[in-house]
Amino acid sequence: MEKVYYMDNAAATRLDEAVLEAMRPFFFETYSVATSEFGYSLGIEARDAMEDARGRLATCLGADHDEFIFTSGSAESSNLAIKGVAKALGEKKGKHIIVSKIEDFPVLYSARTLEKQGFKVDYLNVDEFGFVDMEALEKLMTEETILVSIQHGNQEIGTVQDLEKIGALCRGKGVLFHTDATHSFTRMPLDVRKVPVDLVTVSAHTIHGPKGIGGLYIRKGTAISKIMDGGFQEFDLRGGMDNIPGAVGFAKAAELVTVEENRRLREMRDKIIQLVFDQIPDVILNGHPSQRTPQNANITFHYVEGESITLHLDMHGIAVSTGSACFSRSLEASHVIAGIGGDHERAHGSIRLTLGRFNTMDEAVFVVETLNKVVENLRKISPLGKEKE
Amino acid sequence: MPSPYNDIVLEHFKNPRNTGSIENPDGKATEGSPACGDMVSLYLNVDPETKIITDIKFESYGCASNIATGSIITELAKGKTIDEAKKITWKEASEALGGLPKIKAHCSVLAVEVLRSAILNYEEKHGLITSKEPTTEEIVRKRLKKVMNPIKGLDMVATHLVKEIEIKDGVVRILIDLPENHQFANSIKEDAIEKIESLWDVDKAIVEFTD
Repeated sequence: MEKVYYMDNAAATRLDEAVLEAMRPFFFETYSVATSEFGYSLGIEARDAMEDARGRLATCLGADHDEFIFTSGSAESSNLAIKGVAKALGEKKGKHIIVSKIEDFPVLYSARTLEKQGFKVDYLNVDEFGFVDMEALEKLMTEETILVSIQHGNQEIGTVQDLEKIGALCRGKGVLFHTDATHSFTRMPLDVRKVPVDLVTVSAHTIHGPKGIGGLYIRKGTAISKIMDGGFQEFDLRGGMDNIPGAVGFAKAAELVTVEENRRLREMRDKIIQLVFDQIPDVILNGHPSQRTPQNANITFHYVEGESITLHLDMHGIAVSTGSACFSRSLEASHVIAGIGGDHERAHGSIRLTLGRFNTMDEAVFVVETLNKVVENLRKISPLGKEKE
Repeated sequence: MPSPYNDIVLEHFKNPRNTGSIENPDGKATEGSPACGDMVSLYLNVDPETKIITDIKFESYGCASNIATGSIITELAKGKTIDEAKKITWKEASEALGGLPKIKAHCSVLAVEVLRSAILNYEEKHGLITSKEPTTEEIVRKRLKKVMNPIKGLDMVATHLVKEIEIKDGVVRILIDLPENHQFANSIKEDAIEKIESLWDVDKAIVEFTD
């Protein structure tokens, strides 16, 4: 196979072999469901493995073992956090929730679904870097507010929010706080003993773990109702078959991320941004220069369209994504770029490069070289940007 | 490489023909679609005697199907008379490319539009245009035929999305048979408004949804 330069690690990552090895026994040897302690040996072994994985993932967040439940991924975790809290508190306390404008779709559309059911939802503005408006947040919270959901690291532009400040604000008003940490988990520090956050969405698919497993941290005592009926799995908060290989793989994946690796990703990210700005004229960095997840670079190339760029890059074996409407399933331009005040044009030529464990500095250099050629060729045939020549 | 685009499209995308601009062209036009953000410009030179298109160039700020269609449309139009070139349809361009993905039809329609607009621009500049006629339901319908329904890859009139058209005092109201929160509602709405508001006697176009 031709060499692939995969820089779409925010969408999905290559599984780490060590994760597969950790999972393997739970497909072929300890393949039973997790039973209670009164079950058969195989089931008890399976249960122990699952509980061990749970404990280790909870520890990554500074949480207790019984504050972490497994789900099918970040979409389900955020659905449960938002709809589960709404179900528990909607009638009792109030029907108002606040989310930021640049949340990922599971949060945004869970909020919209609640809106249709009679909840009031405020979509909080962000500034040019993607930071939420703290003053507006404080003003928006009322007696009726039951939940604030603001992400940790943004999925497209990587902007990292100040969760401590947001959490403190919510705590002060007695409002629950959920954060979607899909794109920051293990990549950025998040300790629930220091940060007053009540619910945290995490997933394995962004950290070289298996697809189809995620988790939700739920602080002890948080009012939440289950939305997936089934057995009594996951402390009776999420019915459904235990995904034991997934849970074991998730814990292994989290364990494999190191401070050193995150430093290496940050170096590659900064190299890409620096090379682009050195070599290619008329570009803008989307997001904040330093307050961003270590794996994310997002750059707009003026006068050219994103799908054309990605298609040319694909012909060179490079996989990246774009916020252009032409690339999306809904034909809508990126709501994140729009949220930070970008116009259609800024989304039209935006390219997101997200790094992972298997990328190298040589790849980063090759990708920028290729980008430079592709953008130059597309600009030659563009009706825009010519007046300066 | 697994691609939604066939080899002909990819070839035209990689090596687009007739790109660039013409200095002091006989006719030129730019079309842009707010629905997907693409833009395409086209320049023409026409023989005053034979009305044959002698030179044609295009520029694209668009996606692959926009670039490929711009390329093929210039190939199809070159050497034809302006009356022949006006009749080139999106279907013909798409067939010459061996077919385009349905959802991408609206990006490629622009390239067909721009050829007609550039010819119109030539005709206007050379006094070949008849007087303006007031907007009727028929004219609105004709315009809406240029708005793509991305669900079907056909225009919104052919796919029965247009339920009602009302014209009153320079305001055109269009009722579209889709729920307001449909995936494509917004892009169709923006596209339709743009097409109708450019009519000379229309001040405002209002698009409403059935649900």
